[in-house]
Amino acid sequence: MSTAQHIDIDWTACQGHGLCADYLPEHIVLDEWGYPLVDGAPVPVGTVRRARRAAADCPVLALALIPVRAG
Amino acid sequence: MTATFPDLHMPPRLLAPGATPADLATHHQRYGPPAHGDPEILLRTVAESGLTGRGGAGFPTYRKLVSVAQAGRRTGRAPVVVANGAEGEPASRKDRTLLRLSPHLVLDGLQLAARTVGAGEAYLAVEDGVIWLESALARRTADPLPVKVVRLPKSFLSGQAAALARYVSGGAALPTHQRPPVRERGVHRAPTLVQNVETLAHLALVARYGADWYRTAGTPAQPGSALCTVHVPGREPRVVEAPYGLPLGRLLPLEGARAVLVGGYHGTWIPAPEAAELALDASYLGAGVLAALPVDRCGLAETARVLRYLALQSAGQCGPCLNGLPRIAGAFRTLAAPGPQGTVRADLARWSGLVEGRGACHHPDGTARLVRSALTTFAAEVDAHARGHCTATDHTPLLPVPEEG
Repeated sequence: MSTAQHIDIDWTACQGHGLCADYLPEHIVLDEWGYPLVDGAPVPVGTVRRARRAAADCPVLALALIPVRAG
Repeated sequence: MTATFPDLHMPPRLLAPGATPADLATHHQRYGPPAHGDPEILLRTVAESGLTGRGGAGFPTYRKLVSVAQAGRRTGRAPVVVANGAEGEPASRKDRTLLRLSPHLVLDGLQLAARTVGAGEAYLAVEDGVIWLESALARRTADPLPVKVVRLPKSFLSGQAAALARYVSGGAALPTHQRPPVRERGVHRAPTLVQNVETLAHLALVARYGADWYRTAGTPAQPGSALCTVHVPGREPRVVEAPYGLPLGRLLPLEGARAVLVGGYHGTWIPAPEAAELALDASYLGAGVLAALPVDRCGLAETARVLRYLALQSAGQCGPCLNGLPRIAGAFRTLAAPGPQGTVRADLARWSGLVEGRGACHHPDGTARLVRSALTTFAAEVDAHARGHCTATDHTPLLPVPEEG
């Protein structure tokens, strides 16, 4: 059984390129300064591949998929 | 000069009486020799005492000690212990007062914490008083682990655990994205215990006198006492040791007050009538700052001054904080001046939401907390300002804000 993943942003790295919002529009929108607003929900199994590409293609590698923390 | 009146509320536990620094002989005379017990027994005692961190977050000390010890065993690396005396909060004086009056209590606690987690290195990080602390350390020939005193740059954020770990490792005193957390990978990438100096002083006493003794102060839910920095207009700030559960009104006079700022510049404004109903509680106390705002002062103007400082203290690393805090500070400045407010209220609400939870550290969260509590507590004043009128008669700045230009 695989654990649920969620989207984690390294805010010290993120420069608001916005590619993540293109890849995952149903989970990420950009705020008025161009930084990602993440919905915080676990990434559905069918979306994980796309989320991995978003992580790999982020120009500053600020996005990661991490296991949902218990509690 | 900070006066200390711990005897007002309970026999002082931490601060040497008479506001006279206690040297090692005086320290041993007062408290007896340091305890050198089995780390397992000490851990159990700390768990039973209910001791929590006094740096602001109030995390159970026992759980922090255990998690660092476990990380050390898991990684095979000896942990590092850092006594945190940074006290970047401009309104707080309790840590520097403790280090000046009772340095050996903190240093006893540092040795105990180091032994408990199996540490191989120990540091004491402070902004001031390095020479005084080094001379105190030089007297302690029986300490098993040498302690290095680290002088921190003066900043609001230098005491943040990840910033501290980075600085002690030779980097900049800036927060980092904490993945994994400092307790697993901190100073020189070793598991790291960052513990506030007051917590270590309490630990030294818990080790000597036990959990039951510790619990004779405070309430069953929040045992023990805490050092508070109390600001009353017209008087020097006082550092007071007070038990949890003490009515707030006994710590600072509330008659003639409009509101009280609790928990410092990341804290909360509470209207004076509500504050009169409150008891000292770790959930809002933060690092122990309590400041009374008299009825003749403007809470919006005071908050605007603090917000400007907080915006300037942003490390500028995280987009939402970098963009949001200066805008919030600017908008609040508009609110603080009587006159047209335009979209300022809506902007403040939106920007507070946009910065919250979106940074490497809690600086944006604490700033948003202060904004929201000010808007609630001073709602009537916001309306008065919108009508072009300020109810305050004394506009002298009140809260301490460094390098205000």
